[in-house]
Amino acid sequence: MTDKERQQLLQQLLEKQKTDKLKPSDRYDIPQQDMPEQDPAVRRGNVNEVATGYTETHARLEAMRCLQCKKAPCVNGCPVQIRIRDFVTAIAEGNYKEALDIIKENSLLPAVCGRVCPQEVQCQQTCTVGKKFKDPTKGVSIGRLERYVADLNKNSDSVPTVAAETGKKIAIIGSGPGGIVTAADVRRAGHDVTIFEAFHKPGGVMVYGIPEFRLPKAIVQEEIDTLTKMGVKIVYNFIVGRTRTLEQLLTEDGFDAAYIGVGAGLPRFMGIEGESLIGVYSANEYLTRANLMKAYDFGRGADTPIALSKKVAVIGGGNVAMDSARTALRLGAEKVYLVYRRTEKEMPARIEEVHHAKEEGIEFHILQSPKRIIGDENSRVVAIECLKYELGEPDDSGRRRPIPIEGSEFRIDLDTCIMAIGNGANPLIRQTTPELEFNKWGNIVVDENCKTSMEGVYAGGDIVLGAATVILAMGQGRIAAAAINEYLAKK
Amino acid sequence: MADIEAPLVAQARKPGQFVIISINNEYGERIPLTIAGADPEKGTIRLIWQRLGKTTAELADLQEGDEITNVAGPLGLPTHLEKFGTVVCVGGGIGNAPLLPIAKALKEEGNNIISILGAKNKELLILEEEFAQISDELIITTDDGSYGRKALVTEPLKELCQRNAKPDQVFAIGPAIMMKFCCEVTKQFDIPTQVSLNTIMVDGTGMCGGCRIEFDNKPKFVCVDGPEFDGHKVNFDLMMKRLNAYQDQEKKALEQYKEHQCKIEQIEP
Ligand SMILES: Cc1cc2nc3c(=O)[nH]c(=O)nc-3n(C[C@H](O)[C@H](O)[C@H](O)COP(=O)(O)OP(=O)(O)OC[C@H]3O[C@@H](n4cnc5c(N)ncnc54)[C@H](O)[C@@H]3O)c2cc1C
Ligand SMILES: Cc1cc2nc3c(=O)[nH]c(=O)nc-3n(C[C@H](O)[C@H](O)[C@H](O)COP(=O)(O)OP(=O)(O)OC[C@H]3O[C@@H](n4cnc5c(N)ncnc54)[C@H](O)[C@@H]3O)c2cc1C
Ligand code: SF4
Ligand code: SF4
Ligand code: FES
Repeated sequence: MTDKERQQLLQQLLEKQKTDKLKPSDRYDIPQQDMPEQDPAVRRGNVNEVATGYTETHARLEAMRCLQCKKAPCVNGCPVQIRIRDFVTAIAEGNYKEALDIIKENSLLPAVCGRVCPQEVQCQQTCTVGKKFKDPTKGVSIGRLERYVADLNKNSDSVPTVAAETGKKIAIIGSGPGGIVTAADVRRAGHDVTIFEAFHKPGGVMVYGIPEFRLPKAIVQEEIDTLTKMGVKIVYNFIVGRTRTLEQLLTEDGFDAAYIGVGAGLPRFMGIEGESLIGVYSANEYLTRANLMKAYDFGRGADTPIALSKKVAVIGGGNVAMDSARTALRLGAEKVYLVYRRTEKEMPARIEEVHHAKEEGIEFHILQSPKRIIGDENSRVVAIECLKYELGEPDDSGRRRPIPIEGSEFRIDLDTCIMAIGNGANPLIRQTTPELEFNKWGNIVVDENCKTSMEGVYAGGDIVLGAATVILAMGQGRIAAAAINEYLAKK
Repeated sequence: MADIEAPLVAQARKPGQFVIISINNEYGERIPLTIAGADPEKGTIRLIWQRLGKTTAELADLQEGDEITNVAGPLGLPTHLEKFGTVVCVGGGIGNAPLLPIAKALKEEGNNIISILGAKNKELLILEEEFAQISDELIITTDDGSYGRKALVTEPLKELCQRNAKPDQVFAIGPAIMMKFCCEVTKQFDIPTQVSLNTIMVDGTGMCGGCRIEFDNKPKFVCVDGPEFDGHKVNFDLMMKRLNAYQDQEKKALEQYKEHQCKIEQIEP
C-alpha cells in the first residue's frame, strides 16, 4: 500500500463514518498496517532502530480495525490491564493525548512496552480480530499503536505531581523496568526515594541487554530523567550486598522500606566441553560489551573490545538469542547461525524478532544443539560439534521435548559462539541477606502484594519470576509500590 | 598508585577484595583493581596499578584532584583468614599490591609470615618497606640480579618447602605464569596454596561470565567465587590464554592513545 492509497482509504472511511457506523466487515477489510522499517540490507550495517514507527495515517487506519468489542478480551491479555479498547478508539477518533492518558493509567513505560512486549502472546493473543484471521499477529497492532502515541509525546516536559514530603525513605535496588516503575509510584506518594544501581548506567536489561536497534537508549534515558525531575535520587556503582547489605540499608541508613528489582543476571552455560575457550561468550557478556560498553565503537572512542568475528553461532531461540545474533551481524560478522534444539514454532522469541532476524540474513539451524566446542592450540574456538534432534512428547512447559538423534554428529566451523540459553538468579543478595526467603531456583518468594519474608521488603521482576518480560516486571513494580505506600501509611 | 575517595568502599572492604573502575562514562572500559589498603576514617582506598594498556595508562595520566567517574565495590569474596602457622606470601611484580593487605591481616591473625617478593629489576620492586614491617622473614629476588637474589620466586619458595618445618600455607599473587609455577612447586610438597586471579572482567557481579576459569574441571566465576582460589585446582594454561583474548585490539587502543597524547603535548607544550 502506498502512502497515497493509505490516505485515500482513511478519507473514505472517515467520510463513511459521518453518515453511518463502520460495520465489522468494513473493519476487517482494512489491511493491517505494517510498521515502516529500515531495509534489511541497510540496517544490518547500522545500530539505528529497525522499525521506524507509524505515521498518523497508519495509526488511525490500524486503530479503525478495532471492533470495539463490548467485553474487550484484549484487556485480559495485557499483564497490566491497559484499557486497550478505549485507547485504540481514542486513536481512531484522532484523540492522541487522550489515548496516552488512558495508557498511562496502567503503564508508565508505553514507549518501551509498545516496542518490546511479546504482543502475540499477550494483548493480541486474545484480540477478536486476530481470532477472526486465526493468527494473533493479524490482530489489531496494539503495541505499534501504543508506541505511536508514546512517541508523539516525546520530549514533553510534563512531570508527574509529587505529594507533600512524608519524610519516609525508600531504597530501590536495581534500575530495571521494575525498579523504575516502583520508584515513580512511591515518589508520587511523597516518599524520599533512592535507587541503588550496580552498573554505571540506569535501565537494567533495557540498556545492557536489549540492543539500540530495538529499543533506543534515549527512550530509557528519558524515563530516568523524569524520575530525577521528580526528585528520585540515583546512586550508581552501588552493589547491594557488597557496598552495603540490605540489612545495613534498613537498620543503619534509615530506610523504612525497600524494593528489590535486581533481575536474573546469572548466565547459564551448557556444561559441555570447551565452553571456556576464547571466543565463547555468554549472551550477557556479548550484549553488555556491545550495548552498554559500546564495543561497536572500539577504536573510535570506546575502550571495551569484543571479538572481531566472521562466523558466529548463537545457541538458543529466545529474544536474547535473536538480539545476540543480530548484534553480531551489526558488528561485522559475515555469517551468523542460530542453533536451536526445537523448531521455530517453539521458539520463545517474539515473532517479529524472528522475522527481522531472518530478513537480515541470520541462518536458522533448527533441531540442532552443540555437543562440544572445539578449539585450536591457542584455545580459540574454531568449531562446534552438533547433534541433530527430533521432537518427542510434550514436556512440563507444554512444548515438545527435543531428543538427540544418536550418531548424527556434524561440525559447524566458526570463530565465535554465543550461549543464549537463559539466566538463573544472581545469588549475591541471597548470600548476604540470610533472613530473606528464596525458592529452590534462587528466586525471592513473595506474596500477592510482592511482599517478601522480610518486614518492609518487597521484590519483583526477574528475580521473583525468573526470566520474564519488561511488562511483567513493571506490573509487579506497581503492585509493590502500592503495597509499600500502604505499609508506610500505617507505619 | 593513588588514594581514591570512596567512603563506602573504604568502610566495607576486606582484604582480598577489589573494585571495578572506569574513567569515562560513555566509552570507558571497566577494569578491576585490588584494594591495596584503605583508610575508613578518611574514606579513601589505595589502588596500585601497572601501566599496561590504555586504561591503566589513562589512569596514570590523571592528576591529583581529578575524578574517576566510576568506582564500584568492594567486589569478590574476602580472603579466608585464620591462624595457619607459618605462611609464605609470594608476590610477583604488581602482585605485591593485592598481597600486602592479605599479608597484614594474616600477621594480625598471629601467623608467622615469610615474604618472597619478586620483580624484573630493582626499579620495578614495590612495597618492600611495607612488607619488611610485617614479615618475620623477607626474601627479595630480581630477574636480572640488580637487587636481592638473582632468581625467580620459585627458587626460594622451593627451599622453604624443603625445610624441616615446612610452611603450612602459601599465598601467591602475581602474573599468572608465576602463580602457575608456584603451585607446581607447592603441589609436590602438598602445601595448600591460595592464588588471586586477575582474569578479564566486565561487571564484577556474576552477570556476564567473562571472568570464568576452569577450576577442578568446572567453570567458576572469578568475580563472585573468587578472586582467591585453591591454586592446585586452577587451569592456569587456559586462564593465561583467555587473558590474551583481546591482545591485538588492546595494542591498537594503546597506540592510538599514545599518538593522541603526543599530539596534545605538541599542541600544548
Ligand atoms: C537480551 C534480552 C532481550 C530481551 N528482550 C525482551 C523483549 O523483547 N521483551 C520483553 O518484554 N522482555 C525482554 N527481555 C526480558 C526483560 O528485559 C526483563 O524481563 C526485564 O528487564 C526484567 O526487569 P527487572 O526490573 O527485573 O530488572 P533488570 O532489567 O534485570 O535490571 C536489574 C538491575 O539491577 C541491577 N542490580 C543487580 N544486582 C544488583 C545489586 N546487588 N545491587 C544494585 N543493583 C543491582 C542490575 O545492574 C540491573 O541494572 C529481554 C532480556 C534480555 C536479556
Ligand atoms: C580481581 C583483579 C584484581 C586486579 N588487581 C590489580 C591491581 O591491583 N593492580 C594492577 O595493576 N592490576 C590489577 N589487575 C589487572 C588489571 O585489571 C589489568 O591490568 C587492567 O585491566 C589492564 O587494562 P588496560 O586497559 O590498561 O590494558 P589492556 O591493554 O586493556 O590490557 C592489557 C592486559 O590486561 C588484561 N585486561 C584487559 N582488560 C581487562 C579487564 N577488563 N579486566 C581484567 N584484566 C584485563 C588482559 O590480560 C590484557 O591483555 C587486577 C585484575 C583482577 C581481575
Ligand atoms: S503493555 Fe504490552 S501487553 Fe499491555 S497492551 Fe501494551 S503491548 Fe500489549
Ligand atoms: S479485542 Fe481486539 S478488536 Fe476487540 S476491543 Fe480489543 S483490540 Fe479491539
Ligand atoms: S566479571 Fe562478569 S561475571 Fe565476573
